[in-house]
Amino acid sequence: MRLIVEHSTSYSFEAPRKRVVQSHRLTPSDSAAQTIRAWSVAADGASFGAAFVDGAGNRVSTMTVPGPVDGVAVLVRGEVETADTAGVLRGHRETVAPPVYLRETWATAAGIGLHELGAQVSAPLGTLDAAHEMCALVADTIAYTPGVTEADMTAADVVELGQGVCQDQTQVLIAIARIRGTPARYVTGYLLAGDETVGDEASHAWAELYLPDLGWVGFDPANRCCPDARYIRVSSGLDALDAAPIRGISLGAGEESMDIQVSVAAQQ
Amino acid sequence: MKSRFFNEMYDGDTVRPAYANLTQWIDGHPPEHFELKRKEAETIFRRIGITFAVYGSEETSERLIPFDMMPRVFTETEWRKLERGVKQRARALNAFLWDIYHRREIVRAGRIPGDLIWRNEAFEPAVVGTSPARGVYSHVVGVDLVRTGLDEFFVLEDNCRTPSGVSYMLENREIMMRLFPDLFRSSRILPVDDYPQALRRTFASVAPEKCAGEPTIAVLTPGSFNSAYYEHSFLADQMGVELVEGPDLFVDGDFVYMRTTRGPQRVDVIYRRIDDPFIDPLCFRPDSLLGVPGLMNVYRSGGVQICSAPGAGVADDKAIYTYVPEMIRFYLGEEPILNNVPTWRCSEPDELKYVLEHLGELVVKEVHGSGGYGMLVGPASTKEEIDAYAARIRHDPGDFIAQPTLALSTSPTFVDQGLAPRHVDLRPYCLVGETVHLTPGGLTRVAMREGSLVVNSSQGGGVKDTWVLAE
Repeated sequence: MRLIVEHSTSYSFEAPRKRVVQSHRLTPSDSAAQTIRAWSVAADGASFGAAFVDGAGNRVSTMTVPGPVDGVAVLVRGEVETADTAGVLRGHRETVAPPVYLRETWATAAGIGLHELGAQVSAPLGTLDAAHEMCALVADTIAYTPGVTEADMTAADVVELGQGVCQDQTQVLIAIARIRGTPARYVTGYLLAGDETVGDEASHAWAELYLPDLGWVGFDPANRCCPDARYIRVSSGLDALDAAPIRGISLGAGEESMDIQVSVAAQQ
Repeated sequence: MKSRFFNEMYDGDTVRPAYANLTQWIDGHPPEHFELKRKEAETIFRRIGITFAVYGSEETSERLIPFDMMPRVFTETEWRKLERGVKQRARALNAFLWDIYHRREIVRAGRIPGDLIWRNEAFEPAVVGTSPARGVYSHVVGVDLVRTGLDEFFVLEDNCRTPSGVSYMLENREIMMRLFPDLFRSSRILPVDDYPQALRRTFASVAPEKCAGEPTIAVLTPGSFNSAYYEHSFLADQMGVELVEGPDLFVDGDFVYMRTTRGPQRVDVIYRRIDDPFIDPLCFRPDSLLGVPGLMNVYRSGGVQICSAPGAGVADDKAIYTYVPEMIRFYLGEEPILNNVPTWRCSEPDELKYVLEHLGELVVKEVHGSGGYGMLVGPASTKEEIDAYAARIRHDPGDFIAQPTLALSTSPTFVDQGLAPRHVDLRPYCLVGETVHLTPGGLTRVAMREGSLVVNSSQGGGVKDTWVLAE
């Protein structure tokens, strides 16, 4: 399938800022499931540099906008040829040892609720069955509900609340997988929306679990499935913050507002 | 009297060769002379802006470290062996850091458990695959040593991030030369004052490939509220480079720049005295105001060298420490010249059992702790203290290691009654860049209280000038 992505992130500042600096993970890498045909990241008045591919295979670059700046819009456009690998990540270049993804982070730190959830998994650990079970468990326990959680909520908080969006479900899935000894990571990307899909409110997020027999395999609790040809995988990390498409800072005072628009279309 | 502690000055009633000249000189002066000198030292310290005080001074606060006028002396032969051992260790630690961020051979070979590294807080997944200039991660390795016999030294711990205290090494020497110029004429003491230039050369030698011409070096400090700020500004000044804080630097395109009165100037090498979590809010802690947004991206794309390289701290973790001899064999194919202190890892059930049964004779430390805080010195603790500590160990065994109480050597120290033996340790500073360099000297810390084995300045320890006699 050929997917066309348009993704804009617009910032406006109440008072002009002295400087804007952002670290971007907005560009996907090739793998068996996706071939990048065209991709661009642009912003008026910005300079780009300090680009590299990190150990996890993420394409990272740096954007700076000199001040005074009262707004900036980051525009991503791209075309990707996708294939269905049943969620299995193959042909992706990376060098981080999978056990690194057993590390706890602030957002995915284990709590009692997470331990109880993890204890419910009955299939042998490290198997595909156990991974599917965890994914279903999270989908059942955390009802997909936009607008009830904040971006900085931890997985432990989300379990207590029992509701959340794709970010929350993903972090809970990662946390319980790690508790049960399965390396897990956070993935951001895009999803071609259909009548039944959820999670297209901005860019999408799902988890990858490391299974000894298969390697990294994606699981999307929001849609109770493994990523297929409708998905474009962009960035991964230990949690939502670590994998964030944009991490930025603007120097100066006053309010800041942000607007995100994403469209993903299939080219026939 | 025969003590179980090695006395560095006396072998029975005989003065050891290292101290022969010094003793003769001291005997040639009346005690009043030293009382006078002590007062003089206090005056000098006050004038140069006190960073540490002469003990006995009434103005001491916790940041003022007592200075002892009696130097600690090594012969050149003793020193050359230490030097080989410290350099060997610094090379192995850097080889280890390169390996774990690249091919992970030592883990594949089963010589160090991967879990100990991958789940270590100081291991930085963000720099996996990043290659610092010349493959060096730790450019200043501070190796803490104790002496227990004529030819017996042990490594207490390694400091691979940004070991502090080298300003004391330099200032102790300077003050001694001002107080006792005649002593320096009669003894041939190897100089330490080239350290700042050696440090500068080390940094210059690890400039990134993208740097053409003479590299620009800067010292990055968290600011004047930091307890080591004096050292940061002292070293910048001595090297002749800029001292900057986070807001003085900014990222643009592929590089990082420093704001100067003549406009932005590109910076090639940053000696940062800020811990990893705080150096870049776009990579590590987003709430950090001390760092430089985007700095890690510039580093990882080869536009700047950060010293020590981010992620270097995992090599000086106390749990990793026990594997350093293994690193030396694995990477260098050599036997360790300096020994580790035998260490029990409480994470191992058998060793935990031994530790709990022998708490009264052991020193127990938190794996991630430092500065002498939160440790148990068995022989100096009450039964209640030991029981309370045992409960902490049982609660989280993996957080603790235990070591025998070492018989730290003593060095003569001025106390109220004159010269008396006090326990000492040593931190030499090994520089790693194009070459591996060790300045002949270091920071000798001394436990000022009689019988005390804790030399940390936070626990009332003092400092001494450290001499290596030329042969």
